[in-house]
Amino acid sequence: MSMRKVAVIGAGMTKFVRRAQETGKELSWQATHMALESCELTMDDIEAVCLGTAPDAFDGVHMNGEYLSDGAGAWRKPYMRSYVGGGTGVFVPIQGWYHVASGMFDLVLVVAEEKMSSYFPHAQGAFLTIFDHTTERPLKPNLLWIFALEMNRYMQTYGISKEDIAQVAVKNKRNAADHPSALLGDADITVEDVLNSEVLAWPVNRLDVSPVSDGAVALVLAAEHVAKRLTDKPVWIEGVGWNLDTAYWTNRDLAYPRYVEYAARMAYDMAGIKEPRKQINIVEPYDPFDYKELHHLEGLLLADRGQAPQMVVDGITQRDGDMPVCPSGGLLGVGNPIAAAGLMKVAEIFWQLRGEAGARQVPGQPKRGLAQAWGDLMQVGTVVIMGR
Amino acid sequence: MSDRVAIIGVGWSGYRPITPELSYKELMYEAALRAYNDAGVDPRRDIESFVTVAEDFHEGTSIFDEYTPDQLGAVLKPMHTISGDGLHGLATAFMLVKTGQFSIVAVEGHSKASNILSMPGVVAYAQDPVLNRPLRINTHFIAGMEMNRYLVDSDTTQQQCAQVVVKNKRNALDNPSAPYGAKLTLEDVLSGPPLSWPLGVRETAEHADGAIVLVIASEEKALALSDRPIWILGCGWSNDSPGLENRDWGQAHYVKGAAQLAYRQAGINSPFQAIDFAEVDDLYAYKELQTLEALGIFGHGEAGQVTEEGLTHKDGSLPVNVSGGSLGMGNLLDANGLARALEVVLQLRGNAGSRQLEDVNIGLAQSWRGVPTASGAVAIFGN
Repeated sequence: MSMRKVAVIGAGMTKFVRRAQETGKELSWQATHMALESCELTMDDIEAVCLGTAPDAFDGVHMNGEYLSDGAGAWRKPYMRSYVGGGTGVFVPIQGWYHVASGMFDLVLVVAEEKMSSYFPHAQGAFLTIFDHTTERPLKPNLLWIFALEMNRYMQTYGISKEDIAQVAVKNKRNAADHPSALLGDADITVEDVLNSEVLAWPVNRLDVSPVSDGAVALVLAAEHVAKRLTDKPVWIEGVGWNLDTAYWTNRDLAYPRYVEYAARMAYDMAGIKEPRKQINIVEPYDPFDYKELHHLEGLLLADRGQAPQMVVDGITQRDGDMPVCPSGGLLGVGNPIAAAGLMKVAEIFWQLRGEAGARQVPGQPKRGLAQAWGDLMQVGTVVIMGR
Repeated sequence: MSDRVAIIGVGWSGYRPITPELSYKELMYEAALRAYNDAGVDPRRDIESFVTVAEDFHEGTSIFDEYTPDQLGAVLKPMHTISGDGLHGLATAFMLVKTGQFSIVAVEGHSKASNILSMPGVVAYAQDPVLNRPLRINTHFIAGMEMNRYLVDSDTTQQQCAQVVVKNKRNALDNPSAPYGAKLTLEDVLSGPPLSWPLGVRETAEHADGAIVLVIASEEKALALSDRPIWILGCGWSNDSPGLENRDWGQAHYVKGAAQLAYRQAGINSPFQAIDFAEVDDLYAYKELQTLEALGIFGHGEAGQVTEEGLTHKDGSLPVNVSGGSLGMGNLLDANGLARALEVVLQLRGNAGSRQLEDVNIGLAQSWRGVPTASGAVAIFGN
């Protein structure tokens, strides 16, 4: 039995903004409409819909997936919402992949939406209830604090400086200056700007972290025979992987994301990739914090442990480097509407591989790209590998 | 693509109004342990992917999927959560196996409803925040309106709905897992307190705690591991409009869409002929009737009458909710669909004890996500 091949044939995304005037439903509809237009389909052609959105607490809507369903085009269609915290954005195309690869459906719409600005006064408040109700919540931890712990551990283990890590923020925010949907693109930002921004939770400064944002992204997935009929530039999903570690994050070594490695190995196996560093041309690792891009490059086996910062210093991860990383501008530059930000990375690989990334286009006609997301309590890795 | 997909293990725990001695993790652990033992699998060695169904607000924890892997033996495995009903989770496992990438997948659903101090408030937060919530409509009021519309549209009577309660609560007395069994007369049900006219309190399922785990396998693995695999012949799911203002209140289109998809896979053209028994949504008694019609098992407006005639009784020609349904077993929140599926599996295996049906080969399970959704799923099983 050979597995059914699945292609991405269309993509659309809204602007990522701090406070969208539109409801979450409307954002979902906008992205859906653009994705369908990009491949000249209508909702009538779509057989099933997959949706990704992060905690219901942002919108303050119980069963938020049900609420968003008609905005995402799921009226009287098979519809499901998948959920792996921050990893959801790269999981939802995996959900679309198994809808098609299973043989159940030939044309599936994948939508990721996030509206964080509804949470008042700040979306960070929604994260106070993600911690274990018995062992952790009484300590009143904040999400920024635990990521600061992880960043510190990463720096201490390998002797990495804040200056080297800040270069990731500079690269991504500069890349984002070329992205028409970006919230925080800045062509002139410097390492000093990042280091001099206010400290949120040492060693995390404000410009080390991605912004709270609203936005939506949508993709259209097709089975092989349909994709070949609809487009002469299909982008194939060659491998997918996901992996969830224990909820007891305090018991693991935060210096290395083992769950990301396991997810990557699953995807590499499926894609038949033996030497990822040679066979992956573009990478969109999850970068809600600048250190996370480095951490994830190591977990993805694209850099040796503790060596990812040197790749940034050497310029390898620049858009015109040997291995462009976050040519979109990433979450640090384009913005971080959580689930939508993950799917934005998959859309970026799609546009890059088709040569449709405009001013962001990576030179050299890349053949294969990888998008990855991460989430929960520093706990889940999701990976999609695409090629043309 | 794999050919057929089977259920090779089932486990459950709880099914009680309150479970103060167990946390949700312990409920899940108990159910998982029983399911893995039943299937003869070791989760760390044999199970390749895991699916949980859960909603954050039911759990009182944001990003609840964080807390799913440990008690299921799923640490450092491909695991994800579906924000849906248990049958959505089952359909997900079905698709995962059908891709050929996974040969054994576990599905888990649970309810710890007794932990929720403010259920009416939580459920009301599922309404559209812009168009519906400002009207401050109570959840059961929406169900009462829908029931009224269904009664008018289908010429069904309150007596016929009450008959569903009598039947299901009576069935529940034979089910050791059902806490809400009772021997009621039609008069007992009809004279009960009203909840939202024409809906009565006794026609509404009360909440219960519980957890259910199913182990799903490819044909090859199922034949190797199990001497009585229960085959999943078809899975379907569908959504109608989530908004109250623009949906068809009389008919359950979400059931029709889901059933069409499942029947197509199972090759079923005439459901009444093909299906031996069914376990369907009865969170409110009228839902059982409305659903049986939307499933195409009975014609529009017929379900009430055939229920009165005893066709859906335990010894009728198409028994419905022999387990006691949600009226007898309790509303298990996101696990409702798995409770329905579990009963179908037990019946098809011949493991249903004193409520065992004779000569059953094909059973149908169906679920609804509750007010205010128009979302549900259908699964068809055969032995």
